[in-house]
Amino acid sequence: MTTERVDSFISAVGATATVHTSTVEQFTETVTDVVTEPAIGTAIGLEGVSLDNTPVETDLTPVALEQAQTGVTPATYAIADYGTITVPTDDEGTELVSLYTPQHVAVLAASQLVPNMEAAYERFGAGFAENSETDGAQPQTQVFATGPSATADMGTLVQGVHGPHEVHIILVEDR
Amino acid sequence: MNTEKDGGTSTERRDAMAARLQSIMDSDGESIGRMTRTANQLSAYAYDQFDATEQLRGEGRKIKENAIENLPALLDQIQKSVESNGGTVHLASSAEDANRIIREIMAREDAEMLVKSKSMTTEELAVNDSLETAGYDVVETDLGEFVIQLADEKPSHLIGPAMHKSPGEIADLFNDTYGLTGDDALSDSPQELTAFAREKVGEQIRQADVGMTGANFVVAETGTLMLVTNEGNARKTAVTPPTHIAVAGIEKLVPSITDLQPFTELIARAGTGQDLTSYISLLTPPVETPIPDFEADTLRPADDREFHLVLVDNGRMAMREDEQLRETLYCIRCGACSNSCANFQELGGHAFGGETYTGGIGTGWEAGVNGTESAAEMGDLCTGCSRCVPRCPVKIDIPWINTVVRDRLNRGGDPDSFDLLVDGLTPDEESTGLDPQKRFFGNIETLAKVGSYAPRVSNAAISSQPGRWLLSQLFGIDSDRTLPALAEETLREWYGARGPQVANPERDVVLYPDLYTEYFDPERGKAAVAVLEALNCRVHIPPVPESGRAPLSQGMVETAREQAESVHSALVSQLDRGRDVVVIEPSDLAMFREEYERLLPEPSFTRLNENSYEILEYVYGLCENGESIDSLSTAAGPLSPVESRLRLRTETVAYHSHCQQRTLGLESYTTELLSDAGYSVRTASVECCGMAGSFGYKQEYAGVSRAVGEELADDFGDTVGELVVASGTSCQEQLGWLYDREVPHPVELLAPPGAD
Repeated sequence: MTTERVDSFISAVGATATVHTSTVEQFTETVTDVVTEPAIGTAIGLEGVSLDNTPVETDLTPVALEQAQTGVTPATYAIADYGTITVPTDDEGTELVSLYTPQHVAVLAASQLVPNMEAAYERFGAGFAENSETDGAQPQTQVFATGPSATADMGTLVQGVHGPHEVHIILVEDR
Repeated sequence: MNTEKDGGTSTERRDAMAARLQSIMDSDGESIGRMTRTANQLSAYAYDQFDATEQLRGEGRKIKENAIENLPALLDQIQKSVESNGGTVHLASSAEDANRIIREIMAREDAEMLVKSKSMTTEELAVNDSLETAGYDVVETDLGEFVIQLADEKPSHLIGPAMHKSPGEIADLFNDTYGLTGDDALSDSPQELTAFAREKVGEQIRQADVGMTGANFVVAETGTLMLVTNEGNARKTAVTPPTHIAVAGIEKLVPSITDLQPFTELIARAGTGQDLTSYISLLTPPVETPIPDFEADTLRPADDREFHLVLVDNGRMAMREDEQLRETLYCIRCGACSNSCANFQELGGHAFGGETYTGGIGTGWEAGVNGTESAAEMGDLCTGCSRCVPRCPVKIDIPWINTVVRDRLNRGGDPDSFDLLVDGLTPDEESTGLDPQKRFFGNIETLAKVGSYAPRVSNAAISSQPGRWLLSQLFGIDSDRTLPALAEETLREWYGARGPQVANPERDVVLYPDLYTEYFDPERGKAAVAVLEALNCRVHIPPVPESGRAPLSQGMVETAREQAESVHSALVSQLDRGRDVVVIEPSDLAMFREEYERLLPEPSFTRLNENSYEILEYVYGLCENGESIDSLSTAAGPLSPVESRLRLRTETVAYHSHCQQRTLGLESYTTELLSDAGYSVRTASVECCGMAGSFGYKQEYAGVSRAVGEELADDFGDTVGELVVASGTSCQEQLGWLYDREVPHPVELLAPPGAD
């Protein structure tokens, strides 16, 4: 991971989301600062990173989902050119948590930051094909998410429709 | 003696059409205009700012071409991949078949309510009607579709179905529907309306038994769907209910995941001008997400999920076999063609007729899916201006598809209809039954030729009251418009008497005597001769027929082909002598450079294409290659003949390029040259003048044409003390009519004095 790539990611994200960089050690503090309670989350899956000792509940139920102000989830990749993250689908309900809560906090290792769309698709291509053949561990579904949900159907651009209206991205320095 | 159709005379039909278009402009025009013009400008900017636009347009085109070519194999593959993922594929041959399949799934799941995210394919199938008639509740979750559903209207745009409605109208609709009065009533604040609609729709998603989505692309290898959205409703619709039905046309198949990359990077840039939409889901159902049961507050295991992919033919396999309509299947439904269309910006989709699809490529879809007749009104609203062509992310020749459909409609016309008066004058290749208005404009060259034997008599007849009445009755020519007057002397008559006046030329050049320059406005031809001679070119003006643009614009393809062949024959010996062909009229140059590819054998097309130039493109080239602009009339130098005639000495020029000239990328030669000649040049951001050849003369479209033209005049603003110049015949006519003054061609401004 290069600092230029992080810089270009942050610049592409612009005003659509807030990017936080954090060490593994600082993660608990960073996430605690960012979330609005009640908060709900799914396992991040990064070594040394956990939602224990944070205000984030990990026991997902539909009612908890409806009441949560913040959803904390892992992201698979971030794309520097676009300020985009990709959100996986898993059996813990990451898709629901990233979608139903007004504030989404996505967490990923800074090493998962790829330069451009072509690089993202190269990685996907390998993952999806492998999965369809071997039912491997690669996520079958990825959502490219860029900023908050939005609509222009009511006459002008309005942010925050069915999906979140505020997005935070925590890049965890892992190397 | 008029054609009896739809129970009225042709004049009555044309008047009724004019009134209908006016009423749509009044009700939908303002909202549509604001939204489409914004999207169009943002899209132009997004294309321009992105380095890979052209590369990815090329790659996207190839992927679609190959996918349609290999469609049968991809259909086999998708069935296997979806089944191995645990879903079911249904192949539906028709709309009826698709609806039956969907109702059977509903019955098997014991479902009561279905929520839907936006899908034009389900509009095409009329899924909502089919389900509601069978007693199911259907709720649209895209806010625009939700509005349309409450209002019981049809979408007015491929991607912005409620684009024709203002926030005030939406507020009234919500207040009426939900009985909101007093303090509860909603205002016209878009934020408030969005929040209200989100709540209403959100409740329904949480309760629904089945979620239905479309798919922007379907990946055969993995069974993955690509869904492109901003609101997030498609994500919720796909994962919240236990059963997901995706409905997609068979043309949405692509081989592999990596094939999605060009489209991921292009679709939003083309459609909305965003780099990416908020969400692009690569969804491989049935997904692993547990099923939330909000009522019982439990999460059910993902194993309970059901997924059905309904792949719809409904005419598409026949389109694949149709050499001309096949290209329509490459369409990724971004809406860019509608946004870039001046008539669409003025009217919106409701004016374009058709059962499902509107505007731009909608003609191809309607013709393929609902039959040629249902595209009848659309084809006529396409003026062939070609501004959609550089916007299409998969490079579809949308004007050509409109021309082909118009040609098919012409040939399907009533063979007994009135042809008497023009028959003797019209040596065209068309079947009988062609609308006399189309025949009039399609054969304008012959009419001009005959008229020019006695121009004064012809002009007097045309501009007289009875003459205008006759034109309106017989040919549907708007009585507010005056057809251009024939010149006393044609360009070739003038040049024949005068002869070339360069003794030791550097070059020999053919000036193409286009129809308008030859018969109606020889002045711009004389100016072109003067400019070329001042730059040491010996000019030749051989007799060359009309390019075929006139018949092509009326959908008379075979007549246009004959013309193209005659043009090529007339020019081939000139090309053999190494002479370049210089063209004043951009729409004729566009024939040589674009449409002739479809009308002539490849070597003939290439020859003409490579050796023909727009007049100021050529002049610019001469000045770059050793000739001096100081030989011409410049802002500081002597007055050009047109400035003397108009008694206007000015250094500021308002310049309007021509649509096809822009598409060919030739606008900047004129602006650069005028700047180099010392003029301060202004251009407008509105691209189309609305005249478009015969379009603005036609009784039924004159009102739309005027409205489009007024957008341009508003954009130019005050032009007092300026010279207004335009490159196209139609643009000169329209601007001249709007400003009530002479609007010359820019070459006239550069012509040195005393050449004739």
